[in-house]
Amino acid sequence: MSVAVRQPGPVIEAEPIRSRRGIVWQTIKNRPSAAIGAGILLVVIVCAVLAPWIAPYDPHEQVGPVFGHPSWKHPLGLDDGGIDMVSLLMWGCRISLVVGFAATFVSMVIGGTVGVAAGYFGGRTDNVLMRITDYFLVIPDVPLMIIVAAIWGPSLFHIVIVIGILLWTSTARVIRAQVKSVRERVYVKRARALGAGHWRVIFRHVLPQVAPLLIANTVLTIAVAIFDETALAFLGLGDPSRVSLGKVIENAFQRAAISTGAWWAIVPPGALVAVIILGCSLLGGAIEDALNPRLRVAHLSARSFKLRPLVGRGPEAV
Amino acid sequence: MSALLELDELHVWFDLGEGRELHAVQGVSLELEPGRRLGLVGESGCGKTTTVLGLLGLLPSTASVSGRVLLNGVDILAGGEETIRPHRWNDLAIVFQGAMNALNPVQTVEAQIVEALELHGRSSGRAARARSGELLEAVGIPAGRGARYPHEFSGGMRQRAAIAMALACNPSVLVADEPTTALDVMVQAQILELLDSLCRDFGLALLLVTHDLPVVAQLCDRAAVMYAGEIVEQGPVEALFHDPRHPYTRLLFEATPDLLVDGAPVSIPGSPPRLDRPLAGCPFQPRCDRAYARCTEERPLLRTLAGDREAACHLNDVAAVAG
Amino acid sequence: MRAVDGVSFSLGTGELLALVGESGCGKTTTAQSVLRLVEPVGGRIAFRGREITSVGERELRPLRRHMQIVYQDPYESLDPRLTVHAAVEEPLRIHRTGGSKAERAELVRDALERVELTPPELFLRRYPHELSGGQRQRVAIAAAIVLGPELLVADEPVSMLDVSVRAGVLALLDRLRQGGLGVLMITHDLSTAARFADRIAVMYLGRIVEQGPAKEVVADPQHPYTKALLSVVPRRDPRDRTRPQILKGEAPDAVRIPQGCRFHPRCPVALPECRDVDPDLRPAGADHAAACILVS
Repeated sequence: MSVAVRQPGPVIEAEPIRSRRGIVWQTIKNRPSAAIGAGILLVVIVCAVLAPWIAPYDPHEQVGPVFGHPSWKHPLGLDDGGIDMVSLLMWGCRISLVVGFAATFVSMVIGGTVGVAAGYFGGRTDNVLMRITDYFLVIPDVPLMIIVAAIWGPSLFHIVIVIGILLWTSTARVIRAQVKSVRERVYVKRARALGAGHWRVIFRHVLPQVAPLLIANTVLTIAVAIFDETALAFLGLGDPSRVSLGKVIENAFQRAAISTGAWWAIVPPGALVAVIILGCSLLGGAIEDALNPRLRVAHLSARSFKLRPLVGRGPEAV
Repeated sequence: MSALLELDELHVWFDLGEGRELHAVQGVSLELEPGRRLGLVGESGCGKTTTVLGLLGLLPSTASVSGRVLLNGVDILAGGEETIRPHRWNDLAIVFQGAMNALNPVQTVEAQIVEALELHGRSSGRAARARSGELLEAVGIPAGRGARYPHEFSGGMRQRAAIAMALACNPSVLVADEPTTALDVMVQAQILELLDSLCRDFGLALLLVTHDLPVVAQLCDRAAVMYAGEIVEQGPVEALFHDPRHPYTRLLFEATPDLLVDGAPVSIPGSPPRLDRPLAGCPFQPRCDRAYARCTEERPLLRTLAGDREAACHLNDVAAVAG
Repeated sequence: MRAVDGVSFSLGTGELLALVGESGCGKTTTAQSVLRLVEPVGGRIAFRGREITSVGERELRPLRRHMQIVYQDPYESLDPRLTVHAAVEEPLRIHRTGGSKAERAELVRDALERVELTPPELFLRRYPHELSGGQRQRVAIAAAIVLGPELLVADEPVSMLDVSVRAGVLALLDRLRQGGLGVLMITHDLSTAARFADRIAVMYLGRIVEQGPAKEVVADPQHPYTKALLSVVPRRDPRDRTRPQILKGEAPDAVRIPQGCRFHPRCPVALPECRDVDPDLRPAGADHAAACILVS
């Protein structure tokens, strides 16, 4: 062309465009339910972590009468051993959360690996892994946990392993479905065409795409793991040397807190478990919603556009 | 001749949240006369689809609209959805790009046409089925095939079925938004031939929205070229091609490859401006090969020129744009 | 199902061959089997004179750096989480070439300059969503040429792009070709093929029905299918309203391939013997061939 074409600067401007990278943070910022959930978890985690320093009393020391009533000194009263309930709950949270996080970690590693392998390789691998998953899915959780805890003996490590190997199935299925769709993306095919090996494709292109989903699943699984631990401890299958929230409930129950009318020994730990589970569900559910494009508003879903008054002709009006 | 459909200063804004707005359509005025064919061309994001969704009242709740849409001289936009609904399908019918989305996958094609007829009180029962057969025949589908499901149709057949549905209520205007974009050349030619004959036989006015200049050149009488939410030039297609009055029109033709014309097409450098902030000067100025000082300062208005055409370019005040 | 049946062509250094046809004609399958991304049932694929038809994936991997592909959709073919720098650098890391980090960065900059994303500094740290369609496709091309391949397969490289930027990307491919790159371009757009290709191969139902120098195929088509295809391409000049020769119906799918000449049911000039004879490509001029019994 003879025409001299001016080369304009490329029209790109730095602007925070919502990528999936920040989806967890975005979700917390934009959804009240996620913010509430995150807030609950944050408070609980901080209390648990700082328990040795902020707990008003020692959780092994008798500081008042057995089943002492709530008072200014002991806002939630005392338990069957005369131990301050507030301190006991803070310490109990520690164990419950440790078990919850550790068991979830185990189940995420198993579920993530199985899901990614099944979704990515497909075919026979997929078939075999999914049959195994189905198998685990139909095992009734609580009876198996009881049996294993009874055979191996009650210890924190065993509980973590048992809960971990029972909770990965739904994660595996969700991750598999997502990986299957990511695998078909053109840039994954392109990486294969470039000659990239499976490991590289999985770690560089597939895993980052499914990571937010894995996070949502992790948060939701923590709730289940904490609940399961509480149930096991309540049934007396918890680690006898560690005080978890379930153990607190069990103790109070065993020592006739109900018949004594000492509701403060049994209601607060139960309520605390419920609140933690609620926090996890709110946060995890919100992240999951944010990731699910089908729940977003469709282009032509609402025909409720707004009318504005006429604007006059002329450049000023524009 | 009086206009059948007229857009008068149509504006569309989209609310982007956080107090930001996208001014997607910036005062579009168009006239469509009965039985004529108008092409609305432009690149993606220029506002051509938003314009037709706006005139049909199909915009989402994040949109706000101003301006007038006159159908036979009556403003149908004034009352919002209430005043548009009676005219949608009945007077203004639309065919979208992806015909698969316009058809319900779990209903037979005939059932969907019958439903449209009954919904608009045109006919019902046996009469509606007979009419649906007629419509299918009119678009080149044997009436008997109406008993099939959309997925049993090929892409071209689906687009034909979508056109048959659009014609169900005898509209006077057919709006076709990229009707052939996803189709192969041969099927595209079949659909264009069909639109051509339908317009002739039924006296339909056609508003064809496309990014494909040659399609407009072959099918339409007039064309309006959109850029950055506004019409920069409109007029008879021949005049637009042989004597463009806006550099964008000329460059767009030069960017389009042609089968037999020698010389490689030349692309237009840069990309369209963002519409979520006020524009200073001519929106095309940064990409224009003829821009001068005035273009950065003053936004050109669409002016009427000789030969039944309009263009928004300062060069028309000083010299010829073409050449 | 035989998606592609007996397709033969060769591509020289610095040549641009356009594979043209309607969707479902097998042009994408052909391109993918050239790169061994789908496994051909039979036939022979030779790259640099060496047969790669049955080479194992392990041996194929070092060859992959010499043959690259650019996909149709630039919005899908770049990983949304990788910056331009990371995307263009990735092939180097996969093949463990390019030397040190600084040397690789130099190669990346060089590739970006070759695809006219200049100055590269403006783009290196961008993510795909910050770029326009044309810029993304250029990044994809940069990632394809950074290894210095000899063959580039471009699968509908511009069909998703805006009209105003298409020509630029095509001109870029043309320049790369002049630099010695062999380009196999798959397209449904005959106008594009006519402008940019050296040679055109027209496919119908898994077969090449006509093949020859681009200008000759466009100006003097020999196969009735090519003639019909050319006649329906809309011209950009409104005064050139030609009468298109519109074929009835659509191409049957590859499961039901007609007996005899596979085009005869839609052919406007079919003879009775076309039902029985499945014609081979016959010469119709220097380096020009068509599979029709009417070609003498």
